[in-house]
Amino acid sequence: MYAFNYQRPKTVRQAAGLLAKAGGDGKLLAGGQTLLPTMKQRLASPAMLIDLNQVDGMGGIELKGRNLHIGAMTKHADVANSHIVKTAIPGLAALAEGIGDPAVRNRGTIGGSIANNDPAADYPAACLGLGATIVTNKRKIPADEFFTGMFDTALEDGEIITKVIFPVPQKAAYEKFPNPASRYAMVGVFVGKKGSDVRVAVTGAGANGVFRLPEFEAALKTRFNAKSLDGLSVPADGLNGDIHASPDYRAHLIGVMAKRAVNKALGK
Amino acid sequence: MSATGIGAPVRRTEDFRFITGKGQYTDDINRAGQAHAYFLRSPHAHADIVKIDTSKAKAMDGVIAILTGDDLAADKIGGLICGWMIHNKDGSPMRAGGHPALAQGKVRYVGDHVAVIIAETYQQAKDAAEAVDVTYKTLPAAADIDSALKKGAPVIHDVAPDNTVFNWHLGDKAATDAAFAKAKHVTKLDLINNRLVPNPMEPRAAVGDFDAGTGVFTLYTTSQNPHVARLVLSAFIGIAPEHKLRVIAPDVGGGFGSKIFIYAEETVCVWAAKKVGRPVKWTSDRTEAFLSDAHGRDHVTHAEMALDDKGRILGLRVNTKANLGAYLSTFSSSVPTYLYAPLLSGQYNIPAIYCEVDAVYTNTAPVDAYRGAGRPEATFVIERLVEVAARERGEDPALFRRKNFVTQFPHQTPVIMAYDVGNYSASLDKAMDMADVKNFGKRKKESERHGKLRGLGYSAYIEACGIAPSQAVGSLGAGVGLWESAEVRVNPVGTVEVLTGSHSHGQGHETTFAQLVSDRLGIPLDQVSIVHGDTDKVQFGMGTYGSRSGAVGMSAIAQAIDKVIAKGKKVAAYALEASEGDIDFKDGRFSVKGTDKSLAFGEVALQAYIAHKFSGQQLEPGLKETAFYDPTNFTFPAGVHICEVEIDPDTGVTRIDRWTAVDDFGVVINPMIVEGQVHGGIAQGVGQALLEGAHYNKDGQLVTASYMDYTMPRADDLPSFAVGMTSTPCPSNPLGIKGCGEAGAIAAPPAVINAITDALGHENISMPATPQRVWQAVQQSQRKLAAE
Ligand SMILES: Cc1cc2nc3c(=O)[nH]c(=O)nc-3n(C[C@H](O)[C@H](O)[C@H](O)COP(=O)(O)OP(=O)(O)OC[C@H]3O[C@@H](n4cnc5c(N)ncnc54)[C@H](O)[C@@H]3O)c2cc1C
Repeated sequence: MYAFNYQRPKTVRQAAGLLAKAGGDGKLLAGGQTLLPTMKQRLASPAMLIDLNQVDGMGGIELKGRNLHIGAMTKHADVANSHIVKTAIPGLAALAEGIGDPAVRNRGTIGGSIANNDPAADYPAACLGLGATIVTNKRKIPADEFFTGMFDTALEDGEIITKVIFPVPQKAAYEKFPNPASRYAMVGVFVGKKGSDVRVAVTGAGANGVFRLPEFEAALKTRFNAKSLDGLSVPADGLNGDIHASPDYRAHLIGVMAKRAVNKALGK
Repeated sequence: MSATGIGAPVRRTEDFRFITGKGQYTDDINRAGQAHAYFLRSPHAHADIVKIDTSKAKAMDGVIAILTGDDLAADKIGGLICGWMIHNKDGSPMRAGGHPALAQGKVRYVGDHVAVIIAETYQQAKDAAEAVDVTYKTLPAAADIDSALKKGAPVIHDVAPDNTVFNWHLGDKAATDAAFAKAKHVTKLDLINNRLVPNPMEPRAAVGDFDAGTGVFTLYTTSQNPHVARLVLSAFIGIAPEHKLRVIAPDVGGGFGSKIFIYAEETVCVWAAKKVGRPVKWTSDRTEAFLSDAHGRDHVTHAEMALDDKGRILGLRVNTKANLGAYLSTFSSSVPTYLYAPLLSGQYNIPAIYCEVDAVYTNTAPVDAYRGAGRPEATFVIERLVEVAARERGEDPALFRRKNFVTQFPHQTPVIMAYDVGNYSASLDKAMDMADVKNFGKRKKESERHGKLRGLGYSAYIEACGIAPSQAVGSLGAGVGLWESAEVRVNPVGTVEVLTGSHSHGQGHETTFAQLVSDRLGIPLDQVSIVHGDTDKVQFGMGTYGSRSGAVGMSAIAQAIDKVIAKGKKVAAYALEASEGDIDFKDGRFSVKGTDKSLAFGEVALQAYIAHKFSGQQLEPGLKETAFYDPTNFTFPAGVHICEVEIDPDTGVTRIDRWTAVDDFGVVINPMIVEGQVHGGIAQGVGQALLEGAHYNKDGQLVTASYMDYTMPRADDLPSFAVGMTSTPCPSNPLGIKGCGEAGAIAAPPAVINAITDALGHENISMPATPQRVWQAVQQSQRKLAAE
């Protein structure tokens, strides 16, 4: 780790001000589960860390009408254990429960996870699979426009995620095939059904991060049943390949995980 | 059996300090005025060093010194050594390339040591390392066995232009050829024994110190054998003569073999302490551990087994290529040779065996002993072969094994080892019973109903432990003797300190060794302390590895205790005014036969020290005895493990459903600790079979250099183990102990792979059997089924 300056603002406004002042050299610190290891390995060297942990109004879980609001600083463990989330979108609570280990879940935040957009992270699949809206200090960004590529998002300089709004679906579930070593998603599929809209979002597999599967969605719109996916496959082109899984194997797993997610969503 | 004696499941007394954070590990040691070292490592797998420019780095804040291979050479500090000489088939010695602690002109693997930066703080040293300007001329790399043996491969050491360290063999080639010539059936297998990274919980660390007043160096280090470290650092590397070098290995958090060896970093820290006039400390981070701890295994083997028409084994032919990495680590040459081929007979009667081993240099980290060291590799060969041979013959694998078991002891194998005792059928029977093998068919059907594949695999392993008679290992090329020493110091009030050359780094010696003392001297456990890990305190010792601390280390203690009792009888005779021949010692009391006159152990100790009842001419005062115990043979722990797996054919995920381990460790001092050793060993063996694998890419970059890519076994990868025991006491040491530390890691891999291949219906899977590989293998099974 290199030396850095450290600030702990109390409001989103102050945080944004500090971030602007730091120019390109400032970094927001949420749970630190990604940022601090990269700093320790000297792969990141921000001159200024702006700690969001004491900023007002960035936490909390609330059901407002048919929308679930989750503050950006909400920890994975709080989402996993929240009665509100477990009732409204049990698949989302289960997803949070499956992130990392207890230490990671008690530090890592939903905002940090989404801002980081690790191609193997779990939350991006939920955002895309549920059609979430990412709220920042400047605007509201639909999930479909937010995740723009590996470790890349629509966030602009100085933009801070304040919360994520999830429309409550009728049915939703996440099925994760963990990477055997890191236990991040090697393939994770989130399916969500709200009215006639069905979404199937895949994380862990795409070379450009999370993506949707229009063919699977169309099939499930006709009938929301795992059988509807029979015969459908995903081309291996454009999927990640590494020592743990070739693009072919990932393509195959997407099909298996999608079916399992549909069954899970149906309570089977 | 007393509550604390031999055979009692006493809780580990050392755990209090470990689990309350009161352990004293090397990194907990800080010396006044201490400076910090950071090692600049090669980013290239193979390169000439054209120039090292340290001028900018030297001027940076806090930098005390930057030292390179030139400084080592100027101080006449020798290179690291390999302590076991192997001879080629033609009798010529193996080709050992130089191994300087800091590179001299060339780097040979990613992580090789280029320079050490010593600064006031670790961060300053690290900052300065980034400013050291090294000009490399990169060379093509040979990152695996095949590329190193190809024609025109880059030459890693000039002494070995074909990158071959040695070509060695063991056994009778002609007899083996003859056995194959008359065979009715030959089973052939190609096997890869995957490369592993040891990953002890505590990374390596060193603090070097030099006392300019006395001229004594002290090295605090994470070592499994501090005396051997001192011997090598003195006699070969030339840091200082032994009486001017103290090596202390305090609490050590796991080793698995990787802390046997004498590495560059520890050597440099102790040398540099004098050079810079300050204590120098280094603690490895996890990435450095991945890059520079000696790795384990990495064999490519072709093996064949010859059978007669009744399915009796006639012969075994094995050809192995062993990757030893870029340099020969301390005991590397012994692992794929004398720790490997002599175990190829397994638990079986095999009249003829011939094994050839080519050891190969590659541009990867050095490879050396890792839990089991050679024996897991041998067991994988023989236990895969017998399983496949049985399947090819359509025989039940358990019956096939039983038919070929050695049943008469002692049994001389054709590959050096003379098995002293064993009852292999007893372990097989018990394991089959505990594993409920007879209902396996039902369970398999049930799995099939759920779309899953179920398989059952055996592993009837044998290992050679308690290494070893010094004369025997000397004749095989070892540079040292492999006895152990002990000193039993009785204090005037009767408390006892045992100084042992064995080193405990997770094994629980402080408990088990004390149990032996408590048992023999009849004193409570809390009146015994076990002292180890300091060359200034302990007379000498060969250290802990190869499951030798019980069989050899405790035997030395037992021998010293016998001497204490003998001396105690003399003292008691004077104190009780009886003749020595009339003194009995039992349950902690010396008594005069046929009378009620007796003295407690502590009272006799006091008499020995006050020396009021005898003169110095009659008897030396004091009660302290030393013993050096050299074993008469290896010990041969053996057993049967049965693994049952369930495979999800849709994903390739293998779940271990049941694990049964029945081991014959001879006499067991503490069954709870032994069970713990078995559990840990199985976890590591399952890690090798399903999860772990060090992977270098073509350029020699370690892809699996962190836990993001290197899969360590986790609790949820493992089932609850059913552990049972059988016992044939070992006749080769006074305690009947065989050793248990490596059994699980040796037994487990073939059990897992035999279970997976049983489920798959074909043999085509290699370790680690990751979900991806199993999924691919399932598809092969499906194609095979479709074709049938
Ligand atoms: C051992 C381990 C295992 C893990 N396993 C998983 C897993 O299985 N699945 C998974 O999905 N993740 C996993 N993670 C990652 C974890 O979920 C992290 O929580 C997450 O990636 C980052 O969240 P954080 O709150 O720690 O963010 P930080 O590390 O603090 O920040 C990450 C990045 O986001 C930026 N940032 C943070 N908050 C905001 C904000 N409100 N607005 C804008 N930018 C912001 C930061 O500046 C930084 O660039 C694992 C991490 C570890 C260490």
